[in-house]
This record gives sequence, structure tokens and C-alpha cells, in this order.
Amino acid sequence: MAEENIVCTFCGSVCDDGQFDTEKFKSKKLCKLGSSKFSKKERIKAPMIDGKEVSYEEAIEKAAEILVNAKKPLLYGWASTVNEAIRLGVILTEKVRGVYDQCASVCHAPGTLAVIEEGLPGGSLGAVKNRADVVIFWGSNPMEAHPRHGMRYSISAKGLLIKDRKQRKVIVVDVRPTKTAKLADEFVQIKPGYDYPIISALRAIISGNADAVPDEVGGVSKEKLVELAETMKNAKYGVIFYGLGVTQSRGRDRNIENAVKLIQLLNRHTRWIIWPMRGHYNVVGAGEVPAWEAGYQYAIDFSRGYPRFSPAEFSAVEVLKRRDCDAALIIASDPVAHFPRTAVKHLKSISVIQIDPFPNMTTLVANVVIPSAVAGLEAEGTAYRMDGIPLRVKKIVETNYWSDEQILEKLLEKVEELKR
Amino acid sequence: MHHALHIKNGIVIDPKNGVKAEKMDIFVKDGKIVEESEVKGEDVKVIDASNKLVVAGGVDMHAHIAGSKINTGRTMRPEEMRVVRNIANKFRAAVGRVLLTSPAIGYEYAKMGYTSSFEAAQPPIGALHTHEELDAIPMIDKAALPVFGNWHFVFKYVEAKDIEKLKTFIAWALERTKGFGVKVVNPGGVEAWMYGGNVKSLDDQVPSFNVTPREIITSLIKAVEELKLNHSVHIHCNRLGVPGNYETTIETIKLAGGFSNDARQVLHVTHVQFNAYAGDSWRTVSSGAEEIAKTVNSMDNVTIDMGQPIFGHATAMTGDAPFQFTLHRLTGARWSNKDSEVEGGAGIVPLVYLPKNPVHALQWAIGLELGLLIDSDKVVLTTDYPNGGPFTEYPYIMAMLMSKKMREGELEKVSPYVQKASNLPAIDTEKALEEVIHMTRSLPARILGLPQKGHLGVGADADIAIYNLNPLEIDTSNDFEKVYKAFKTAEYTIKSGRILVKNGELVDEHWGKTYWVDATGKVDMEAIKPDLEDYFKYYSVELQNYGVEERWLKKPERIVI
Repeated sequence: MAEENIVCTFCGSVCDDGQFDTEKFKSKKLCKLGSSKFSKKERIKAPMIDGKEVSYEEAIEKAAEILVNAKKPLLYGWASTVNEAIRLGVILTEKVRGVYDQCASVCHAPGTLAVIEEGLPGGSLGAVKNRADVVIFWGSNPMEAHPRHGMRYSISAKGLLIKDRKQRKVIVVDVRPTKTAKLADEFVQIKPGYDYPIISALRAIISGNADAVPDEVGGVSKEKLVELAETMKNAKYGVIFYGLGVTQSRGRDRNIENAVKLIQLLNRHTRWIIWPMRGHYNVVGAGEVPAWEAGYQYAIDFSRGYPRFSPAEFSAVEVLKRRDCDAALIIASDPVAHFPRTAVKHLKSISVIQIDPFPNMTTLVANVVIPSAVAGLEAEGTAYRMDGIPLRVKKIVETNYWSDEQILEKLLEKVEELKR
Repeated sequence: MHHALHIKNGIVIDPKNGVKAEKMDIFVKDGKIVEESEVKGEDVKVIDASNKLVVAGGVDMHAHIAGSKINTGRTMRPEEMRVVRNIANKFRAAVGRVLLTSPAIGYEYAKMGYTSSFEAAQPPIGALHTHEELDAIPMIDKAALPVFGNWHFVFKYVEAKDIEKLKTFIAWALERTKGFGVKVVNPGGVEAWMYGGNVKSLDDQVPSFNVTPREIITSLIKAVEELKLNHSVHIHCNRLGVPGNYETTIETIKLAGGFSNDARQVLHVTHVQFNAYAGDSWRTVSSGAEEIAKTVNSMDNVTIDMGQPIFGHATAMTGDAPFQFTLHRLTGARWSNKDSEVEGGAGIVPLVYLPKNPVHALQWAIGLELGLLIDSDKVVLTTDYPNGGPFTEYPYIMAMLMSKKMREGELEKVSPYVQKASNLPAIDTEKALEEVIHMTRSLPARILGLPQKGHLGVGADADIAIYNLNPLEIDTSNDFEKVYKAFKTAEYTIKSGRILVKNGELVDEHWGKTYWVDATGKVDMEAIKPDLEDYFKYYSVELQNYGVEERWLKKPERIVI
């Protein structure tokens, strides 16, 4: 039987027009990344304690003991599960007085710091599709990371005012010619680490201070910069989609802050918006849910019984490097594969609980492993697309695996029981 | 737990039922107010309310408590989260200065004796997010008003003068968003913002559509009245925050002229303070409150709420995206914006109201003028949280409306500009306690169309507040400090028959209902199906994936029209 309009749970594009044949167990319309997630994959077979298969109840009981007995547990991950699970996770962290952190802290969090400095003048992906006649991908490469973004929302997408690809100018600013650059009308190659001065130069030109700009900035000629500034000013509705090339290179949050100031300036002439190209399908939810439950998006310490936010102290990598946690719950993420060696070293030395549908490097260091259902395929729930648009991901096949939501509900119940 | 209560010897003020400070007993069973005979033989908990004021729980009809706007505000302003209101114990950790976390919102309302609050602007495509946050607010009942005034479907049906389809679309949209009523924000102006502009009068044409704000407003009123929705059109007027805008506000109010409804107003004009400026620049700005008051008082089908600024921190967040950009330019503060598909937009800007700033002092004075000059049966007390400031300062506004002496004291602390630019210093009116109770309970409940709320008659929801204030003895003109203190923290807050707050402390947690209005039975839903299917090509989500199912909500309460 073919399911229509399934919601993909791989990347931040959260395409909601997929099809899935439940008999053949095969998706249609999704990209390579999405269809790989919606296919038969190696799974964690059963819950385990120290490598020994146990029941869900036993694993959860053990996990609850670890969390309750820890002085300060770290609860990290969250970007690839649904809001319902994340909410329980925040409440659980508060209950055990631990640290809540999510994948953004090693990814797009500098963008969040820029929101604190200057705000986020943005729009939904539908606004881009309908109106944007100039689209700039700055340090982002959707053709590799968000393969259907261009077709659905930004490059060849047709909308209310943009009826044809020719009516839209696509510009890629990057340090190397990417796959997306090949589709662009223009590619501006910059020297690595020069995003900030180039943005400053554009601001200077647009505000009438071109005199102050030297002949070349970050590998781009002044002539080219003036041309780019003119293109931006003459746009009817422009958008900058920025990626990790900007957030994780020299300048980090300051790059985004500068880019937001550029957008503020451009809105005095015409309409412009800026938006991050968020990675995991619900990394936005992993920040939004704790924001309403506890006031902050990430790096939240509950050790005093109320939330405190301090990225340089309470982000997972910092907490681990400082050896400032004595247990960890890792959900929907693989820090062992991605964190710096010193952080992983500490993770290996403490009790680790893992909740994930798929085995990964973190499984190898986990004392308690709790396999879960794949959201969007075997479990439903709410996810926020990269632009914050909420979509309900669906359950389309039956499974014996518990959902993240079920597991966390039971875990929270056990923790409350033990703390009584 | 007791399922019956006997509130004994309290002094009851219940404006809807004509009870003016009378000593009487109230009986509660199964979450409702009942006759004494109903609780005979039950396990009744007796609450001694001797010499205390007993009223219905407060109803906040306009606040921004849930959804992408307030949450972007929280993200943008971590400095707002350093005030710790509760350390995690039996209750959740709760933090926030003016912007509060969801648990803190529920707790603070409950501590103040408020038991219902309505999210006043739900971006339709973000409805699921709004409901997730509403579901995270404990203690109170709630609902959300989706925003219609810049939605392309509305433009198209107004342009075609097709009221039947407009009605059908409203019913469809309320069902899909699990919304309660029709909110309109700067009609046409937000669409103009997509091109960098705004509308400057009721008769400006909306870009690319052959419609004007005037036509949008009148068509929506007509459609809502024909559908007989619980609540009327609820409008945030054009030209908000612009000196000289009071004339547009008056013109807008007069658009209600041709309509009538036996049960309620046909137009509710919200946070009018922000739309009550005379003058032609910020240098010459003055109060337009008196003219607006005259217009409202002369009509029997329009109500307003104040949008009272409170000195101190606030965060401006509205669906009026062009206004938010103007505010950002004016103050240089941080600015977030969200253009939303083909539905409208929104903006968020931090703000602080300073008593010595002439404009801020004038805004403060205008809010109070509106509250004092307009009939108590037509004006609701709000701060347009968090635009005018915290809802936790409602007791300040209540006390100010009842005491000239308090106002005189406060006037001494603010910029002398208000002396010449507003009439506040000359106003002698002192509202009676029962008027202020009406403005915070029975009136908003009537305006929203919730017959079971805002009063203590038999059959009403047992949402009750008891305050340490004896209305038979209190001199509200002189004892304003006592009045303020009494309303700040309730002695008891009872929600659906459960005691949630005692002596100002939380004692129990409760999850309230989310009301939504289902008018789909009154229209032919097939009539707009081809239009939806066609125009959804301009959305970035599939029509089949748009909207919120009832089973996803914690405690939905469907009201069938």
C-alpha cells in the first residue's frame, strides 16, 4: 500500500510530499538521504545493559537509577527526535538537576548567539519560494546537505511572483566551488575566514561608504563587491541562507551578527531576510521546546533547580572536557563520532545511557542501550522544519520498538518514583 | 480530593448576576457552581471567606502567551530569564522577568486569581506550535485567535465579494488551526510590507489585490456575524504606533455601524492605546483617547481593550511586521521578523517604558484615559502582554482606575509632557470595585462569547478567586496600596473546582482546556476545496499536512456552532 504525503525525517528541509510503499518498504520522491532513512537499515536489536539483552522495563529501570544516582548528568542530543520526546527530556533534566544540551551547540548555535545580539529578520521557506528574486547561499551547500531545498523552496521553486528560474538570481558565496555553485548564476569565491570583512565591505558600500573599501577584500575584488552590493540593493525580495561555513569558521557568531546588520541595512532600501540552513530534521524543535519550558535553547544547567544558560560552560563539549558530569543520556545523536577526543575520553569513563533507533559509535561506549522507533516511519510526533514551520511526522509502519516519547515517559515516571 | 466546596461568608461581587458586594455562600461540585442542595451529603470542604472578596477567576482576553512570537522573544532575550520565580519542587522551575516560560505563565496567572487567557495572534501555519505551547501552560483554560487580515484567501474572497466562500474559508481555517475566532492585524499592511511598504489609510489598495483595509474589515465582520461565531472580529487597527493614528481608529470603529448582534459586540478593537495618538510627529504627539472614547461610548456594538503600558521592560511582538521594523529603526533595538508564506508576518523588538520619557509617559497616560473615559461595559483591562508589559501588573491598573489619589502620586513621577498632551490629570473619574471586577471578568467573558466564564451563577465553571479585601469596608480611593496588594496574590484561586493557590502559594497543578470553535457544520466545505487545492501551490507544505488534529491536543474543548 502506498502512503501519500509522508513527512521526511532526515534533514532540516522536512519535505512533506514523500510517498512510501509499505509492502516494498520503499520511498518515492525523497532524495538520496531521505530514501536511505526510509529503507531497511541495521537496527539495535533489543535493549541492553552492559551488552546483555534485557527488557525495555529493565533497561529503563537501570537508566533511571543511573540518572538519579548521578550528581550532575548530561542529557544530550535531541535533534533527531520529535518535540513530544524533547519536552519530556527537558522535564527529566530539570527533575535530575542535570545539563540539557542539543546538537546545535556544535553546529548552528553561533547563529543563536547572533539572534541574542541582533535578532533574526527572517521568513518562511514559502515566502522565499513565492517572492525571492535574489537568493544567496553563503557558506551553505544545499545540493549536498539539503538536496531538495533548491527545487522545493529556493533555486528552481516556482511561486506567486517568481514563475520561472530565470526570474531568480542565485548566488553562491563559498571558499570552494560546491555542487550548489554549479547551479548558481554567480559564484563568489572567498578566502577561508574572510566572511566578516566581506560582509563589512558590503555594508560600507551599501551605506554609501565605498571609499573606505580597499581594492580587494578576502580574495574578492572591490569591483565585484560593488556589483554584488548593487544586486542586493536592486533585489525586490532577497534572502541569505547561511550554513556552517559561516558559523564554524573564523568569527563564528560575529559573522552572523554582521550579516544580520547587513540585512537590517538592506531593509531600509528593499526587502531582505536571512535564515540558517539547519541540519537535522528537528534541530529547531530541540531549541524551541526548551525555550518555552525553561527559557533557553541549549547549554542549560539545572543543577540549582532552575535553568541557567551559559554556552561556554554548559554546552556538552565543555561539560565533558571539564569532566563536570558523572553520567550521560545520549539520545538521537552520536557524540562519540563527532566530539573532540578529550570530551569523548570523559564520556567513556562515566555511565552512559543511549536511546537511538540505530547503532553508532556511541553505542559502543553505552552501558544502557535503549533502541527506539524511527520517528516519521514507526512513530509520530511534531517536528519543526528549518524555518520553524511545524509539521506532524507520521507513523506509517507497525513496530515492536518503543517510541522515544514512550521510553522517556516511562523513564520520567521511574525517576519520579525513585526520587520520592 | 474533595469534589465539593462550600465557600462560606464571603463578600461576593458578581456583576453579570447583579450581585454587588453581598455576603453570600458559593457552592461547587464537579467543577461547576451549583445550588446548595446539590452538595448535601457530599464530602464538602468548607472555605472560610469571612470579610474577603469572592469573585470569578480573571479572564485575559488578549495576551501573547504561546507560539513562535513569544518563543523567538525568549530566544532573543536570555536577559529576561534571570528572574527565578520557582525552584523545581512539586512544581516546575519557573523563570522570567516579563517574558515568562510556559510553566511560569500558568503559575503567575493562577497566583493572581486569573483562570483563563487567550493567545491573541496565532499564525495559521504555526498553529501546531501555538498549541504545543498552550499545552505546556498549566493551571488555566486557554484558546488562540488565528490571524486573517493578510491571508491571500481572504483577499481573494473579499476581492470577489464572495461572502459565502469567505465564511466557508473562516470555518475551514478555524477547524484546521483549532482556533477560537477571527483576529485581524493591520489588514493589508502586512502584505504591503512584503514589498517594503505599509498601508496609510483604510482606503489604500493592497499590492497585487484589488482590495482595501476597509473592505477586508467589513467583509470579515459580515462573515463572522453570519456564521454567528462566539467572538466577534478582533482587530489590531491599521497605522499602529503612528502619531495621528486615532483618526484611523475612529474610522475603523465606525465600520461596525451597519451590524448588530444581540449577545455581544460585532467588533472588538484591541490594545487601543497604541492606536490613540493625535499630532503629526513624535514631537507634537498628544492623546486622541477622548475622541476615541466618545466614539466608543456612542456605539452599542463595539468594545475595546486598553493595551496599558507598565513602566519597565516589555517586548513588542505583533503580527504587524512593518510596525515592528519601524520600531527597530526608531529605537535601534534588536529586531526579528517572520514573513509567513501567503498568510502575513510578524516582528519582535525589545522595549522599555521609561517614566521620564515624554512619549512613554504619554502612552501610559493614554491607556489610563481609555480605561477611565470609556463605559466600564465596553473596555477590558489588558497590557497586551508582553507589548505593554507584564500581565502580573493588572492589579496596578485596577488600583489606578479606582483612585485619583494614586494617579496624582504617579503623575508626579512621570514626564511633565503628559500634563499638556493628555487629559489624564483632569480626569476625576474613579471606577467602582464592581466596575473593575466587570472589566477583568464578566466583560471579557461576554466579549469572547463564553457564557460559563466570568461569573458565579449556578452552572458557571467553578473558576473562583478569593482576595484579602473586604469590599464593604475598603476605601478604594485612599487605600490603593491595600487594593494593589490584595489583587496581586489571591488568598485562594480555584480552577474547575480545585484549589490551586492558597495564601498566594501554589498548592496543586491543573491542566486546563483549550477551546476551539467548529463552524464547519454551517457551511459547505466542498465549495472552497478547488480554491484550496489550487492556491496551496503557493505554500511550502501540502494541503493534507496543514493544520492540527484534535487528538494531538492535551484537553481540547470543541464548541460547535
